[in-house]
Amino acid sequence: MTPAKAQPRKQPEALSQRPEHSPESPLSVHAVTVAYQRKPVLWDIDYDAPPNKLIAIVGPNGAGKSTLIKACLGLVPRAAGQVEFWGTTYNRARARVGYVPQRESVDWDFPVSALDVVCMGRYRAIGWCRPVTRKHKHAATQCLEQVGMQDLAHRQISQLSGGQQQRVFLARALAQQADLYFMDEPFAGVDAATERAIVAVLRELKEAGKTVIVVHHDLQTVTEYFDEVILLNMRVVAAGPVKRVFTTQNLQNTYGGRLTLLTEAAEALARAEAGTR
Amino acid sequence: MNPSNATPENNATSLADVSTAWPSLEDTLRVLTLRAGFNTNTVVAGATLLGLAAGVVGVFALLRKRSLVTDALSHATLPGIALAFLAATALGYTGRSLPVLLTGAAVTGVAAIACIQLILKHTRLREDAAIGIVLSVSFGAGVVGLSYIQSNAAANAAGLSKFIYGQTAAMSVADATFMGVIAAAAIAAALLLHKEFALVCFNDAFAKVGGWPVAAIDLAMMTLVVLVTVAGLQAVGLILVVALLIIPAVAARFWTQRLSRLLVLAGALGALSGYLGATASALLPRQPAGAVIVLTAGTIFTISMLFAPRRGVIANTARHARLRLRIAGEHLLEAAHDHARDHPHTPHLDRATRYSIARQRGWHPAALAAITALLVARKRLATTRRGLTLTPRGAADGARVRRNHDLWTAYLIKHADVAPNHVDWSVDQVEHVLSTELIAQLEDELQTQPQTETRART
Repeated sequence: MTPAKAQPRKQPEALSQRPEHSPESPLSVHAVTVAYQRKPVLWDIDYDAPPNKLIAIVGPNGAGKSTLIKACLGLVPRAAGQVEFWGTTYNRARARVGYVPQRESVDWDFPVSALDVVCMGRYRAIGWCRPVTRKHKHAATQCLEQVGMQDLAHRQISQLSGGQQQRVFLARALAQQADLYFMDEPFAGVDAATERAIVAVLRELKEAGKTVIVVHHDLQTVTEYFDEVILLNMRVVAAGPVKRVFTTQNLQNTYGGRLTLLTEAAEALARAEAGTR
Repeated sequence: MNPSNATPENNATSLADVSTAWPSLEDTLRVLTLRAGFNTNTVVAGATLLGLAAGVVGVFALLRKRSLVTDALSHATLPGIALAFLAATALGYTGRSLPVLLTGAAVTGVAAIACIQLILKHTRLREDAAIGIVLSVSFGAGVVGLSYIQSNAAANAAGLSKFIYGQTAAMSVADATFMGVIAAAAIAAALLLHKEFALVCFNDAFAKVGGWPVAAIDLAMMTLVVLVTVAGLQAVGLILVVALLIIPAVAARFWTQRLSRLLVLAGALGALSGYLGATASALLPRQPAGAVIVLTAGTIFTISMLFAPRRGVIANTARHARLRLRIAGEHLLEAAHDHARDHPHTPHLDRATRYSIARQRGWHPAALAAITALLVARKRLATTRRGLTLTPRGAADGARVRRNHDLWTAYLIKHADVAPNHVDWSVDQVEHVLSTELIAQLEDELQTQPQTETRART
């Protein structure tokens, strides 16, 4: 919502000035390209997230689903392109963004309890060098209740099942009290009870006016769980309301072998890079 | 790597020199209870504080999986010591000034870490190889520098090589105080920032998204490691100081699952190592103090690894053995149940039947005897003239295992599409761990009457 003049040192004009990106959008992605060691994994991604929707990112393995949200959050460098949140930069909008990383991305044999992990979602509110007070522990306990884990609050995290660990991560994101959530494969390898708990939380978040972007791999549940879908395979094949976009034709385009040229170009770039070394 | 070759002149710390007069018990007690005079007390207190700092800081190095990097860091301090000595002497100051030497040590130590990061960033080498290269090359540079000093510089160069093995006995009060102050500062910083450190150690991506300056927090953690390493050089020596960072933290990890307790325990174990090591060094001034400190820590580690109640090796082995014994006992009861069902007139297990069960299960006769004895002791089996019979409790257990077995078999065949003759192994494992809720769920799923018994085993 802040116009570009407010930040003179930023050279590219703010996306909110462009007609195709709305400042009401919680997330605007413009021409984002991501490359690992010069091998592109995402090409020219353009997307505007509508507010207050549950949005799934769907695509085959290696399509760059996780990379896309990591690029939005600044966890992997962008080779090109811009990302804005509510028409402003990520640094200004940070307090309104929550994140659920992949469960496998951490070592669960870490000497903390489930409640300790959820409290990490409050650290931003607590601030530097200050102890975690009872007030924050209480808030964290409520987040654990929201995912049905209050009885296991004091259990060491390595002694939780995979689904319970996933719910701890979800509770930690809830403790961040954000307006836009990114969730990286929250449904991967979880039990039925956890899947129900996550879906319930997603609906509560939507009712509270939040936006949630979820990397999802189960095509069968997309229509049931989500309002919007991004079909991704190194580029956006199609994006929009599930009813309109989630068609057999689009799915074939996403999962079918039509993208060999993109893959080959990426391989060629990687080979050229290796040759110059 | 055998650094003792590099320091031929330094007889006082040579590993081969063991001619020692053992101290009396009286002397030992005097030093242990801090009644050995101001100098010794200061050194012992400094070493204790250093151990405490190393324990606390080491916890974060361990959790961040940086333990090996600290080893490269400590070895890379040697060229820094040599360079600082040369530079100070060239400028006309006395090269033996401890702050000057330690500043040099810190500079090259940090440079070594930067080298590792650069190698990792620009080549395809893995971290272990990068660490190995940087560690050995920088240590080699240090040894060359040291021998250059020894052959060219004045007599006051003697004693530089004690940084390799460490020697608390040779420390002055000022040196010990300096070490203690650095250690205390490191402890204070680690406790002040422990929340931020824990966040970055557990999940740096989450911390970064939350707006925490992960690189700066990492840098702060590494700075504390550098401070402790450099402060400990004179007391423990650069080869072994890494042990003081790693061992207390690893040993403490066996005993607790909470970060707060881990910090307290690792600090306490480190302090104990430092205290005992410095004491031993005061009593045996010709022995390398670093080795004594590290051996103390190593003993604590071994005890922890073996005897810790949950994560210890003995507790773990016992838990596995108990589980295997329970499963074997349940298998025997199940077999006895089947035998009694199929032979209503001779329900007892005679010797031949028992051995045929053992053969099927692949049990050694001794294992069979142990399992049988255990079940008799637990009143699941009773000895009669004609063999073993099931007691009522044993019969109930056998029937329960058989029923779990059948339920799970039926479930696999019906819902998982597994061929009936392929389910045995998984069933043999699963039947012992089915919870009451799971069994109820299975019954719902299959809508079986409790009487029906599928006969999967052919």
